[in-house]
Amino acid sequence: MSTTTTVPIRTATPTPPKREVASTREDFPILKRMIHGSPLVYLDSAATTQKPEAVINVLVDYYHQTNANVHRGLYALAAQATDKYEGARAKVAKFIGAGETEEIVFTRNTTESINLVAQSWGTKNLKSGDEILVSEMEHHSNLVPWFMLAKRTGAVVRHIPILDDGTLDLSKWNERFTNRTRLVALTHVSNVLGTINPVPEIAEMVHKHGALLLVDGAQGVPHMPVSVATLGADFVAFSAHKMLGPTGVGVLWGRRELLEAMDPFLGGGDMIRTVSMTAATWNDLPWKFEAGTPNIADVIGFGAAIDYLESIGMTEVRRHEIELTEYALEKMHSVDELEIHGPADPQLRAGVISFNHSDIHPHDLSTYLDRKGVAIRAGHHCAQPLMERLGQTATARASFYVYNNREDIDTLIDALQSAGRFFGRR
Amino acid sequence: MDDGRNDIELDALYRDTVLDHFRSPRGHKTLDRIDLTRDGYNPVCGDRITMSVKLTDNAVEDVAVNCKGCVISVASASMLAELLPGKSREEALGLADAFKRMMHGDPPPPGLDIGDLDALEGVKNFPVRVKCALLAWMTLIDALEEAEKKGDAPDRSTTTE
Repeated sequence: MSTTTTVPIRTATPTPPKREVASTREDFPILKRMIHGSPLVYLDSAATTQKPEAVINVLVDYYHQTNANVHRGLYALAAQATDKYEGARAKVAKFIGAGETEEIVFTRNTTESINLVAQSWGTKNLKSGDEILVSEMEHHSNLVPWFMLAKRTGAVVRHIPILDDGTLDLSKWNERFTNRTRLVALTHVSNVLGTINPVPEIAEMVHKHGALLLVDGAQGVPHMPVSVATLGADFVAFSAHKMLGPTGVGVLWGRRELLEAMDPFLGGGDMIRTVSMTAATWNDLPWKFEAGTPNIADVIGFGAAIDYLESIGMTEVRRHEIELTEYALEKMHSVDELEIHGPADPQLRAGVISFNHSDIHPHDLSTYLDRKGVAIRAGHHCAQPLMERLGQTATARASFYVYNNREDIDTLIDALQSAGRFFGRR
Repeated sequence: MDDGRNDIELDALYRDTVLDHFRSPRGHKTLDRIDLTRDGYNPVCGDRITMSVKLTDNAVEDVAVNCKGCVISVASASMLAELLPGKSREEALGLADAFKRMMHGDPPPPGLDIGDLDALEGVKNFPVRVKCALLAWMTLIDALEEAEKKGDAPDRSTTTE
């Protein structure tokens, strides 16, 4: 059974006290862990972030106190679970400045959100010969769904190149648009280069050409103030686990009229209004896109993550990351063997730094650093076309979040220098 | 685990012999005749290998490898290129099998000459790196097996995923 009750806009949670970014480290139990005998220095937040005690406690409390299925039970527990679940949706809507709570669809992750649009919007709206524009810096999750859609519909995927400094080649944009361009799928922030793309400017261009803009917000929404109205996008996808929340929760925000015109993504319980033996009608937004029992506990945990981020303030989160990035770039430039990818100006990039060491393969570097307690990512970062553009098969990547500090970067630099001595020995 | 222990394990992974193979990889050459050729790829890390084999009377007369990757994958490919010439098809597959087992903790059969491969024994303590060590050997197995049923199937590449 589904419900058509309105989504509560206000939640019972009081505004949490203001938090200083410098003291957040204490709130993350995992950062007290030792790895191979050294304190953990976690520099892989672009892959997933660590979780504060407040989020972990909300998950435990939910299972201790509130667990019941949402949108169907007529008893107190079910009503409480539904209130908390829908309350988290309202928090997400407010966090990204969505006009309406109903425009927030919960999925499993960013990838699923993008696939939802490719399936439900793309299959219905694209015809053979229509064009989808992507950039050279996209994550596979913002490429492969479009390749699959192109194969189904006969549409064509074209790409926008990047410049050597890791920014989009905007001079190439106008010539890439044709009267068949229907959709532009672009990342807000590159998960490899850290480049922040000028989305509002691009949105204007996209709309001028009569196309829609989908923004992969996985690396943007968690790291800076983001308002969907200011971005000017038509769809924005992001994940809870990259912003202190649990894994298994993604968000798709879409403009109401677009979501309403789309067919459901998956069929099943909760997404229907009526079902006969041969047919069904669809539920209202956003439940039309949420078939089956959703990830209730983790969505509620995501709400707690948003409370936590708001207690710091997203402007402060961004300021902290610029400061760390500036410090890290300066320190890394002092290591001669490092080639650093992406824009030089910390104001133009998020706290993601990909690099290559002239003598050490990223995997060997990562194995060595791990033994010093330093967790970095090494590989193609699910961005093989970008790796090709950079002329690398893989890069090493350090990425930061609220709990990182200058000491983490000092430890990274020391470990990079001792790795140079270790692998350079004769 | 204290730092001393970590350094010991790192030393055991990156032995001097291993670093030597990485710095001066053997088998990086062009063969005068190529009977088998195959590409290998590790989708997790992007490491790539191209392997060419010259066969004479069902034995490996010579082998050329070009591996772009980490210390472990390049050194393992180099050791393969050093060990393989002169081996029969069965001996080559036997070596590949022994090395696979070694990477999972089983010592090689007594009496089997594994050349410098014993220097890669430390990889077994770094499970995420085993695929790096096996890339060249899985590519070899696929190349030889494909030769068996030559002409049957189109050329596919090997992945260690």
